[in-house]
Amino acid sequence: MSDTSTAAGAPTAPGMMDRVYRTCGVTGLRLHRPAELLIKANAVAATVALLIGGISAILILLTRWQAVHLLDQVWYYRVLTGHGISMLIFYIIFFEMAVLYFASGPLLNSRIAAPRLGWFNFGLMTLGAVMVEWMIWTGKADVLLSSYVPLRADPLYYLGIIFFAVGALLVCAQFFATLVIAKRERTYEGSMPLVTFGATTAAIIAVITLLHGAATYIPTFLWSIGLINMDPQVYRMLWWALGHSSQQINVAAMVSLWYLLGGLTVGAVVLNEKISRTAFVLYILFISMASAHHLLVDPGFSPAWKVVNTSYFMYMAVLASLLHGFTVPAGVEVGQRLRGATQGLFGWVKRAPWGDPGFSSMVFSLVVFGFVGGITGVTIGTEQINIVAHNTLRVPGHFHATVVSGTTMAFMGATYYLIPLIFQKKVAFWRLAQVQPYLFAGGMLMFSVFMSLAGGFGAPRRHWDITFSNAPFTESFHPAVDMLLGGMAVGGLLAGVGGGIYILVTVWSVFFGERFTEADRVPGARGLPQGITSPPRPATVADEENLPTGRWGNAPGTMALVLIFLAVFIVYYFANWKILSFVWKIG
Amino acid sequence: MSQENDVHRKPFHTGLVAPQGRWWVPAHRAEKVWFIIAFTWCMVLFAMMPLWHLKGGQNPSGIRSKVEPAAFTARVEQMVADYQVGEMNGYPVVEPPAGSDIYLLGRMWSWYPVLKLKKGVEYTLHLSSVDVNHGFSLYPVNVNFQVVPGYDYGLRIVPTAAGEFSVICNEFCGVGHHMMLGKVLVTEEDGTMPGAVVATGEVE
Repeated sequence: MSDTSTAAGAPTAPGMMDRVYRTCGVTGLRLHRPAELLIKANAVAATVALLIGGISAILILLTRWQAVHLLDQVWYYRVLTGHGISMLIFYIIFFEMAVLYFASGPLLNSRIAAPRLGWFNFGLMTLGAVMVEWMIWTGKADVLLSSYVPLRADPLYYLGIIFFAVGALLVCAQFFATLVIAKRERTYEGSMPLVTFGATTAAIIAVITLLHGAATYIPTFLWSIGLINMDPQVYRMLWWALGHSSQQINVAAMVSLWYLLGGLTVGAVVLNEKISRTAFVLYILFISMASAHHLLVDPGFSPAWKVVNTSYFMYMAVLASLLHGFTVPAGVEVGQRLRGATQGLFGWVKRAPWGDPGFSSMVFSLVVFGFVGGITGVTIGTEQINIVAHNTLRVPGHFHATVVSGTTMAFMGATYYLIPLIFQKKVAFWRLAQVQPYLFAGGMLMFSVFMSLAGGFGAPRRHWDITFSNAPFTESFHPAVDMLLGGMAVGGLLAGVGGGIYILVTVWSVFFGERFTEADRVPGARGLPQGITSPPRPATVADEENLPTGRWGNAPGTMALVLIFLAVFIVYYFANWKILSFVWKIG
Repeated sequence: MSQENDVHRKPFHTGLVAPQGRWWVPAHRAEKVWFIIAFTWCMVLFAMMPLWHLKGGQNPSGIRSKVEPAAFTARVEQMVADYQVGEMNGYPVVEPPAGSDIYLLGRMWSWYPVLKLKKGVEYTLHLSSVDVNHGFSLYPVNVNFQVVPGYDYGLRIVPTAAGEFSVICNEFCGVGHHMMLGKVLVTEEDGTMPGAVVATGEVE
């Protein structure tokens, strides 16, 4: 499977190990050993964080499910803090670091810049993460993820986050340096691949985000040791410039992985580089304005500020997602049609490799992110509609559809290729791995939808007990809320099983798995995704005979799908204006 | 058109492949159509917000200013002293005149005081906190606002239904967060409470 070789001219130089490569038998990419090791380390750290966050998720779920109400109030908020940090910060960012190493080194056939710096960064991020987890689980940081001042955590908590962020920032610097090296050493011809371009936008957004993080956490650290004052409203604005922008790193990384997985699994094509790349650039330009999504019913900002910012200056970042939402499935459709899946409007869907967990994960990520996460996000991020959504369960209902069903699902799909291509192991428990995306996506879909509906009745997020025990007054929610929270719990537990299978499969494959050799690459082999056993052959000009030429272009099936999507969007959006019009007059 | 022909001489490639030569070329027809549709929809999304400010009845604009917690507390106490009409579970019930400025204070872990309003009448409801962030969530109306210490959020409100409403705190404010439940009572235009509230409550 691998050919180990050293670059010419450096066989005896110090740091020789830094120049060790192998060539991937599947993709033909040249893999730099230090890049591989850093990808592995960051992926393993991500999985550890996912495990902590996942166990926390189940405990929270069993508490919000009012019929079970597992944890007491102290531990509920503590576990909720740990869940948020472990998932949204540690899991996601460690995995994104692995994506950055992969997209800059292997995808460009290049060595990575300063491998030793990579290990320093990894160490710093791990140290920061351990400090933060330590503070949380010893009860010194019961402040939830957003840690709104003047709620106060131990100064070491803020310092841990600063360490983690500095490490991540340095990995971004390493990524940019690798791009320069690849260009200078001419490791590829032409422009960088679209996947690397997308990862580059993710890295740029990460820099913007992490600078906001510094602007938030350094003053907050100084405030926590009593040196300066911190205005609660200014804190909220700065924190969300970190908190929401970081979600846009996830979006850019996720969309890059859609293109990657589409290409690996079915040979999905890039219809037009200009459109796809412009859409990525729109993310960079407008994304930090999304801080406003969290401040729409705050006292510190004018309506004009809210309207301009919440809409990313006239919804230009939404336009970007709408474009990717077309070009990714259209790329899959055209890729399939080029290779002979020409029957009808949806023959390409029917002939897709639904047993390849990399493919099914990519599709579910795209569909749930768009239909649930995207539509609900734009709607509740509308200035006035936010009045009927702010801090209700509609908010986590939305972002679990984006960051879990979307980003995490895409990361899981990528893992099924990472295991054979980088770890050089076969995927263990193959049948379970094939079912995993269906369980996880189905469970999360149920979870998000029921959670959003409960929020529609006004059920609050981040709330230990909605029966209000020991309150001076009484109130009971509409009986439907109990049923909805029960449905949410069932969906969440299903997703928990899916998440558990994912961790079992990845840990077992990596540490105890069978080694993957070239001889394993036979069609239908267990333990290997179809994109590896029988990769899609490169498309030729002659294949274009297979493409339809009607008035709906060469991807008519996708055109039909996006029009259905738009119809759902329009109905949901205006239904929310209607709901808003029923509440008290407010101005 | 020659550019488009150039593109067609190159086979389609995946996102893992470095594109060669010039790729800044016109999009295919379907992509253009979708771009126009998507852009138009984005403009509709944008236009709805200013439009609702002009025509809609629910906007989070309000009168916004900074306020010291002590100053805000003094205004609340003044209102209670002037307009208290009773007591409910140990909290003063306040019935301020129609059209007046009314105050609701968030603190760990209660809303103070209980407000008694009249249906169809406009009030300016001032929200602030003396300690940490709180969340004003009116149930079952489902109206939600952030309550930030040091800031006064003055919202002009018109209750459109009579009855007993709860104020839930929906911003995490410490371990007692779930106990932070307050009340707003809304009477009919003639000053009577609908339903069972008058019979069971301690409102005088």
